[in-house]
Amino acid sequence: MNDDLRGHELVIGLEVHVELATRTKLFCGCPNRFGDDPNTNVCPVCLGLPGSMPVLNERAVDYAMRLGRALGCTVEPSVFARKNYFYPDMPKDYQVSQYDQPINVDGALHLPDGLRVGIERAHIEEDTGKSTHVGGTGRIHDAGHSLVDYNRSGVPLVEIVSRPDLRTCDQARAYASELRELLVAIGVSDARMEEGSMRVDANVSVRRPGAPLGTRCEIKNLNSIRSLGRAIDYEARRQVDLLAAGETVVQETRHWNEEEGRTHTLRSKEEAEDYRYFPEPDLVPLQPDADRIARIDATLPRLPAARRETLAAAAGVSLPDETVSIVVDRGLDELAVAAIATGADPERVLTRVRHDLAHDGADGIDPADLTELLRMEEEGDLTSGQVKQVLAEMAASHRPPAVIVAELGLEAVDTSELATMVDDLIAAHPEEWERFCGGESKMQGFFVGQVMRQTSGQADGKTVNQLLVQKRG
Amino acid sequence: MTALRIADAVRRGDRLATDVLEEHLARIETLEGEIHAFNHVTREEAHAAAEAVDTAVSEGRDPGPLAGVPVALKDNLCTRRVPTTCSSRILGHWRPPYDASVVERLAAAGAVVVGKTNMDEFAMGSSTENSAFGPTRNPLATDRVPGGSSGGSAAAVAADFSALSFGSDTGGSIRQPAALCGVVGVKPTFGRVSRYGLIAFASSLDQVGPFAVDVADAAVSTEVISGPDARDTTSIPVPVPDLVGQLDRGVDGLRVGLVTELMGEGVEPEVAARTREAADALAAAGALVDEVSVPATVYGLSAYYLIAPAEASSNLARFDGVRFGLREERPTMGETYDATRTAGFGPEVKRRIMLGTYALSAGYYDAYYGKAQRVRTMIIRDFEAAYEQHDVLLSPSSPCVAFPIGDKTADPWTMYRNDVCTVPSSLAGHPAISVPFGSGDHGLPVGVQVMAPALEEETMFRVAAALERAAPEGTA
Repeated sequence: MNDDLRGHELVIGLEVHVELATRTKLFCGCPNRFGDDPNTNVCPVCLGLPGSMPVLNERAVDYAMRLGRALGCTVEPSVFARKNYFYPDMPKDYQVSQYDQPINVDGALHLPDGLRVGIERAHIEEDTGKSTHVGGTGRIHDAGHSLVDYNRSGVPLVEIVSRPDLRTCDQARAYASELRELLVAIGVSDARMEEGSMRVDANVSVRRPGAPLGTRCEIKNLNSIRSLGRAIDYEARRQVDLLAAGETVVQETRHWNEEEGRTHTLRSKEEAEDYRYFPEPDLVPLQPDADRIARIDATLPRLPAARRETLAAAAGVSLPDETVSIVVDRGLDELAVAAIATGADPERVLTRVRHDLAHDGADGIDPADLTELLRMEEEGDLTSGQVKQVLAEMAASHRPPAVIVAELGLEAVDTSELATMVDDLIAAHPEEWERFCGGESKMQGFFVGQVMRQTSGQADGKTVNQLLVQKRG
Repeated sequence: MTALRIADAVRRGDRLATDVLEEHLARIETLEGEIHAFNHVTREEAHAAAEAVDTAVSEGRDPGPLAGVPVALKDNLCTRRVPTTCSSRILGHWRPPYDASVVERLAAAGAVVVGKTNMDEFAMGSSTENSAFGPTRNPLATDRVPGGSSGGSAAAVAADFSALSFGSDTGGSIRQPAALCGVVGVKPTFGRVSRYGLIAFASSLDQVGPFAVDVADAAVSTEVISGPDARDTTSIPVPVPDLVGQLDRGVDGLRVGLVTELMGEGVEPEVAARTREAADALAAAGALVDEVSVPATVYGLSAYYLIAPAEASSNLARFDGVRFGLREERPTMGETYDATRTAGFGPEVKRRIMLGTYALSAGYYDAYYGKAQRVRTMIIRDFEAAYEQHDVLLSPSSPCVAFPIGDKTADPWTMYRNDVCTVPSSLAGHPAISVPFGSGDHGLPVGVQVMAPALEEETMFRVAAALERAAPEGTA
């Protein structure tokens, strides 16, 4: 792709803010809950009232470390720092974050296509409140007034900063999807972009292959994975156009406008704030404790990249593989691997699990039952449609396939019985049979339909077709 | 009457807390117009608190170690539903929805809050002249300052408006006014007393402490407010020491060092003389006294006046007119910020916000804030070296006695130099106490400072009590 980049290479780094799914906020006991009435989950601390002080939520630290470990980061001694700037939705007019000593450093995220994307750091910080601009277009510039909801103020965030290792929009999208899956898999965030619990900013630059990194622009307001791809695509072309016209790219922060499908300047480098970071004197530094890290490592589930490898090895396919990715995404890989281990045909397992099972209820399916069902299909005891039907029932009731088959009366009608039935039908409908033999192929459907009606759909359509063709000679 | 005697009489039922309160309110009524120790006298709340104490006693319950003791609170300690101003216009009529931890502990000990005391705006100053509501006068010489920034609290105890008062000390704001008003003032170890509800000036330095008429009252009130607090995670998780139990132990064999660097240039000769006499008195009481150099302390003021403003520039950002306090509404957000802060802050606060913002700015951070932090580390190291050979260190609390109102307001650096003796232990986070010891020029009180290593308040109080016993006739 990116043929229209006229020989340039796209370089992307992503900064992802993730809200941690802790019960309470980062520095106070207020509920960390989305969607409540404005300014109901607030207290002197998260309102930044004079005299209030932060008390660090240790669960948030656990979650941040868990995320760091899942990304293969080293947990370092870390220090909270104040990032100073004025904004009404930030009650203290500084944000407590981490600056030169972040908690997690040097990790990686492995994408389904095998790309290893370096993670520079993943640090803890507090979220701001939420401003709503009232009047005009709803943007701050022409609003009549603004309202602030501090429910989100002080919600724990981790900011995950990737290295500029991404080269295409697809990779950027895959990174965001993979990260989202990882966050959900380790249980630290619900990672919903539409609710803002996962927010992605993209640093985009272009260069001639092999040249030093070009000047980058940071793109904000990417509210879906789709926007992320569109915005990067737009921004890359904008930068290439500039260079082609003999102009230069100016380092700045740009805002993605989803409706217009373009980015525009939010603030230039010259206008960038001087955040005057300094160590937060109201909090003590964090010392990583080997036992605590060991406990976290011990409770980490297996992560998507490793699970893809396991499933691919079991199924004998090589990565990247779309079906393997989808099965892992849906959390059905353990079932698939176990079924293969109990003797099921890998290809059949992957196909059935990918197309005919959703995650809901699939947890309770005994892999041996799945293997048994697929054997029944292989031996022609059940038709393809019947397998689907039984699988749905297995997911719902978690009973063995034989029981379900017997209960639903699903036995594939055997071939000799079908042959007799076809002969009877030909005798009963000589005119239709003539037309079929005369090459009117839609008449084949008539006979199959008749067989299906008589067998209440229990006949294997493929067998009926074969019989019809045989008898036509 | 001392706080301990009041509490003792009230607990035994010999005196009513309401009577004690009336006496103090009457005194305030008479003299407050001249002194201006208070921003706000909390008559009604005080009556309710005193009545609750009397009820407890009559029902056989113990109201606590400060039963019925009238106390005054610096106006940067948050008091629920009671105006808390930091002597600044910017807080407007703000009434905190909560009590500071210290205020809760005082209430639980049976203390009766009589009012909120005047201060230098946001605790920035050494004379209480930087108050938006006018200066406080020194009760011992009303044409002179009480010191600062906790000048109102020092004056309240000196004028017997309250038996105890509480202030905050960032670079000397308890010890220096205590010295100038002839009372005892304590800055505990950083982290000994919760800062929750203390409106921050410089968070890594601020510490709450008491003013008292004698060392015993200072000891009991330090005990009451000390101890870890879950709401301030920089508070140190150690038990409250028995300070009152130290007072009669004497100083036999204790090693006392007189700090050379804090006795030289800029220290009034009479103040230096009293400090030497204090050292001699301790020697006479059995202490081993010598002079010791703590070299890095000479950089204390420079480091302090970078670190404290840097933190202040961040701490004071929240006063923006959006959520509480003064709001000067203008057409845009930026203009509203500007107008509110321009109208709300006084000149010294603005100066320090500018200084601190500059010190933290990109390109200047290392040269200013960064270097100041390295000096701070040097000071700590030099103190550690001095404390290898000494149990406590001695110096004047203030280089001068109380000076006339208006005398030092022209040049900020002249005012800043008042903190020269107190700033080093603040930077180190160590405890220090100012004890009255004789008088200097114009017969005005001199305070001697006893400094100790972190969490060594017991030794500090042993020495302070010995100094008090040895103080010459006529000590305030």
